[in-house]
Amino acid sequence: MDHLIGALIGAPLLGAGILLVGGRRLDRVGHWIGCLLAAVSFGIGAALFADMLGKPTDQRTLTSHLYSWVPVGGFRADVAFQLDQLSMTFVLLITGVGTLIHIYSIGYMAHDENRRRFFGYLNLFLAAMLLLVLADNYLLLYVGWEGVGLASYLLIGFWQHKPSAATAAKKAFIVNRVGDMGLSIAIMVLFTTYGTFSFGPVFAHATGASQAKLTVIGLLLLLGACGKSAQVPLQSWLGDAMEGPTPVSALIHAATMVTAGVYLVTRSGAIFNAAPTAQLAVCVVGAVTLMFGAIVGCAKDDIKKALAGSTMSQIGYMMLAAGLGPIGYVFAIMHLVTHGFFKAGLFLGAGSVMHGMNDEVDMRKYGGLRRYMPITYVTFGLGYLAIIGFPGLSGYWSKDKIIEAAFAKGGTEGWILGGVALLGAGITAYYMTRVMVLTFFGEERWEPAPDPDKTPGVEPGIEVHPGELPHPHESPRSMTIPMVILAFGSVFAGGLFSINSAFLKWLEPVTGHSEGHSPVSTWEVTAATLVVLVVGGALAWAQYGRRPVPVTAPRGSLVTRAARRDLLQDDFNHIVLVRGGEHLTRSLVYLDHSLVDGAVNGTAASVGGLSARLRQVQNGYVRSYAVSMLGGTAVLVAATLLMRAV
Amino acid sequence: MNPINYLYLSALLFTIGGAGVLVRRNAIIVFMCVELMLNACNLAFVTFARLHGNLDGQIIAFFTMVVAAAEVVVGLAIIVTFFRSRHSASVDDASLMKL
Amino acid sequence: MAFPLLTVTAAVPAVGAIATAAVPAGRRTAAKWLALGFSLATLVLAAVDVARFTPGGARYQLTESHAWIRDFGVRYELGVDGIAVVLVLLAAVLVPFVMLAGWHDADVLDGHTPNRNWRPTQGFFALILLVEAMVVISFESTDVFLFYIFFEAMLIPMYFLIGGFGDRAGPKSEDEQARQRSYAAVKFLLYNLVGGLIMLAAVIGLYVVTAHQLGGHGTFSLPQILQARASGQLHLSTAAERWIFLGFFFAFAVKAPLWPLHTWLPNAMGESTAPVAVLLTAVVDKVGTFAMLRYCLQLFPEASKWATPVILVLSVVGIIYGALLAVGQRDIKRLIAYASISHFGFIILGIFAMTSQGQSGATLYMVNHGISTAALLLVAGFLITRRGSRLIADFGGVQKVAPLLAGTFMVGGLATLSLPGLAPFVSEFLVLVGTFSRYPVAGVIATLGIVLAALYVLVLYQRTMTGPVKAGIEGMKDLKVRELVVAAPLIALLLFLGFYPKPVTDLINPAVKDTLSDVHRTDPAPQINASFNAAAKETAK
Repeated sequence: MDHLIGALIGAPLLGAGILLVGGRRLDRVGHWIGCLLAAVSFGIGAALFADMLGKPTDQRTLTSHLYSWVPVGGFRADVAFQLDQLSMTFVLLITGVGTLIHIYSIGYMAHDENRRRFFGYLNLFLAAMLLLVLADNYLLLYVGWEGVGLASYLLIGFWQHKPSAATAAKKAFIVNRVGDMGLSIAIMVLFTTYGTFSFGPVFAHATGASQAKLTVIGLLLLLGACGKSAQVPLQSWLGDAMEGPTPVSALIHAATMVTAGVYLVTRSGAIFNAAPTAQLAVCVVGAVTLMFGAIVGCAKDDIKKALAGSTMSQIGYMMLAAGLGPIGYVFAIMHLVTHGFFKAGLFLGAGSVMHGMNDEVDMRKYGGLRRYMPITYVTFGLGYLAIIGFPGLSGYWSKDKIIEAAFAKGGTEGWILGGVALLGAGITAYYMTRVMVLTFFGEERWEPAPDPDKTPGVEPGIEVHPGELPHPHESPRSMTIPMVILAFGSVFAGGLFSINSAFLKWLEPVTGHSEGHSPVSTWEVTAATLVVLVVGGALAWAQYGRRPVPVTAPRGSLVTRAARRDLLQDDFNHIVLVRGGEHLTRSLVYLDHSLVDGAVNGTAASVGGLSARLRQVQNGYVRSYAVSMLGGTAVLVAATLLMRAV
Repeated sequence: MNPINYLYLSALLFTIGGAGVLVRRNAIIVFMCVELMLNACNLAFVTFARLHGNLDGQIIAFFTMVVAAAEVVVGLAIIVTFFRSRHSASVDDASLMKL
Repeated sequence: MAFPLLTVTAAVPAVGAIATAAVPAGRRTAAKWLALGFSLATLVLAAVDVARFTPGGARYQLTESHAWIRDFGVRYELGVDGIAVVLVLLAAVLVPFVMLAGWHDADVLDGHTPNRNWRPTQGFFALILLVEAMVVISFESTDVFLFYIFFEAMLIPMYFLIGGFGDRAGPKSEDEQARQRSYAAVKFLLYNLVGGLIMLAAVIGLYVVTAHQLGGHGTFSLPQILQARASGQLHLSTAAERWIFLGFFFAFAVKAPLWPLHTWLPNAMGESTAPVAVLLTAVVDKVGTFAMLRYCLQLFPEASKWATPVILVLSVVGIIYGALLAVGQRDIKRLIAYASISHFGFIILGIFAMTSQGQSGATLYMVNHGISTAALLLVAGFLITRRGSRLIADFGGVQKVAPLLAGTFMVGGLATLSLPGLAPFVSEFLVLVGTFSRYPVAGVIATLGIVLAALYVLVLYQRTMTGPVKAGIEGMKDLKVRELVVAAPLIALLLFLGFYPKPVTDLINPAVKDTLSDVHRTDPAPQINASFNAAAKETAK
């Protein structure tokens, strides 16, 4: 079975290779190849899963050593894989949800002339993400880590002819690179501390290092996780990443990419457990992002950006849980999986809505769509109920556990973190209800489609009839079937995982688990959550469901306006980093020319000046040359005589 | 006669030649003066050969004469060509070789 | 006598240069094929060198040694260690691509009626072969004087390549271009000559010291000097060692180039054609970094350690400075030139970190930088030739009309920003780890370079390739077969070495180990030795 791990990554990698190198002649079958290889990968994953279930708990870890990658002195990086329960969970999520998104894309991208390339990139994305979760050392993980960054760059910027898409892609890559810098320095510290960066030896000796070293490693890993998982302060790329085709958003937000940070923190649990300061930092980042994303999500009128804010917020929950240590790891991962289902469903639903609405993304121009798109309405609705944590649905099982675990951290910290998590649940209910109401309920506020020639922001894959009102219709079968499957997951996954604490028992051997002593009991948390949920939902209904919604957004309060601009973080980045950087590079270019080069050119010029003086001696008259020869001889003779005399 | 006197003569001839090279403008005269300087050197060589009692100086004098002859051939050719193109034998008219 | 393999490897391109230069003016195409044939023959010979080389065997292998100028102890001594043999192969691999990419660069333009004896094409290809011959022999030489001669002599063909063959793509008039070109060529020559002359003084100084201490028999031979020092016969005084070291280092730092001696490179690369720029930065400049590793460290270990702090600072400054300036450039080729300055900073950083990871990484970096720069710059050259401009602002939307061109350009760019999976990542990470384990602050600051690299590469890609199709780009043709033959193997090499660099590191590692023992340095030990598992695994094998 060991060798199948390689095949797991190999299948989508092969697909990416075939599709990207194959060229136009594969245009007609490209999407089938892409789907097939994603499905093959899922099949292998399922087979390995079945195999793993058949083994006793302590023998479930599979390893596979392919070859020695970079051996230099004491530095040994191998291409070796490790498949344990944690990796397995991710493998199933990535390949499963990934395959569904592949299938969905067949319909969604049907009219795009570059569909083959799109599937190549999707396969690359899967391969990189699988490499990330299967690597048995940090350096190989880093390869997958950056591979994910590359794939997201290619996909976000898939419509490269749109300047906004190209900019968003670049931004995503560069912000991620800042995080990657943290991860790469973390690997260096690991190497100098432990002499290796393989998971096994490092975790076995984790506690042997000094507290300061552990904290540094933890914080650096957190920086990496912030970049990939779009946590404050490196969250700014996520909203812009909506420039990519909608299936890409689903893939990034549900199955790959943003979950990588949570994986990294959970995987490095042994280090974080020994570094409480770093753990607290993880919690704080998670809590801040949770609120940040939720507030931003409340103010966005763009359906995809509102969902992006929600992703940020939900990942914040996971980070918060992961930062709690062994109390929270399992719930972080469980929330990650359930989130994978409902967020993928929500995004695919959003894509379906856009598909029917001439690619309009402004929710204020939707309304009343439930009559026209019943399947989308139902699946989206189930995803909505799941994400707000409606009792019995997936989100309920995982999110409530996180809130409870946050309280269980104990002390003032526990109250603060728990309070934030609880408040976040209320805001989640508010903004998700807002999305739901604006899109599917209320009156029809549709507007004629914009002219694609004049508005470059329109997704070109879809037929648009300028000047006509949209004719909302249900999407083709290839798009609705994945949505239905994901809706099933959104409804039942959480409940299934919680039967007999199955998920906890499954992951416990890897992540460990400890029951905290919560100052509030489980039913109190549940009750409180339900209260905030109802309040949030009711508020949104009162604001958007009962009153007519203006098509152009009102100016809004100061907070609303700030939230629409991502709480001004982009403006800050623009003024401080972009402008500052531009000034810096410009002045350096000037200095390089005038100072560094100038010094050398100055020397050259002064030599030139001197020789200009000297050349006056060279006047062309033979007589004056003869005089100088005579004088020179005379001086030489005199000098010789003088030397003799002395 | 004291051979030293020949050296004085040689020095005198050399000085006359040198002064001629420096002050005269006619290329032919300058050329003659150069020859005069060479011959002054020859005289000094021969005198030293006599003083030291070996033949080294005399041999060098032969070499000098050969070089002088070669120089006359080349030098006169240059002067004649120059005169043809510029209608002048003044060395000051040949001042183009400068930076 | 054994077959003089190394001499032949260097002689083949030299003979090729003469043969190519002698091709009659009318037979331009024949001259190109002849030159390409000779460069391929060199490639075969270099591959044979590598095959005959036993990693972990004697330090210098395939040696040849003949007396040359007896009076001054100058010998014709050749020999390669793992580092040299890899770099010989690199030069031999890149030159055919340079030729293919520059296939039409020296063609006679339409409308010009050349005179019967005018042979720019022959000259172009002959000069490239000549450079190759000189580079190869300077990698192979183990005699300091012999090395010096070719180190300096390669400036001459390079000067003519830069000054004589412009890229015909400047925004200015032809006269203005010619003026800038000759400025760039003269600047290149002067910088390197100044470095070379200072080195000459140091070379003579080295001879004087050895002659003084070895009883009148001065020597330039590297093995002899090393042996004499090991046996205690030769002992350089601290002051002498430092001065001579500085003389050598200055020349290599100009050639490499190290900040702040870098300003000739952007001019030279900007004004020359893309293939010549590749030859310059990917092949010729490697002699500078290679010589630091071979001559500075081996001949002057104590002085090298003495100068390390300053050199580390300069290289870290170079990394950040080069990257920042690359961000601010408006000219594609100058941008790549500044990126190269940043990368040379990494190489020098790795060499002087004095750890096995740093030095192996630096050597690997020389190879990978050669390949990745060739990939990026040659494709950029195709782009520039098509548009007739090298200003970034003149491009936009190329991916729409020429997706293959844009794709290969992107892969070259990704290699330049050291994306994992492509070759430069491995070397960059090794350099960073090697530096970090001894000088953490330098390591961390240098890591900033990876963010800046992403910035300049992606900004370049965005401005040239994405967005709406700009005027002047509409009819742009995609890559032709010849151009694909250049780009595809380079990309394949980048991928291969990214996933499997072991064949190269196996050659390099023993040589690096020898160099480190010359400077009496060992890798810093980790605080906790957790790698016993890995070690146990190794012994089990």
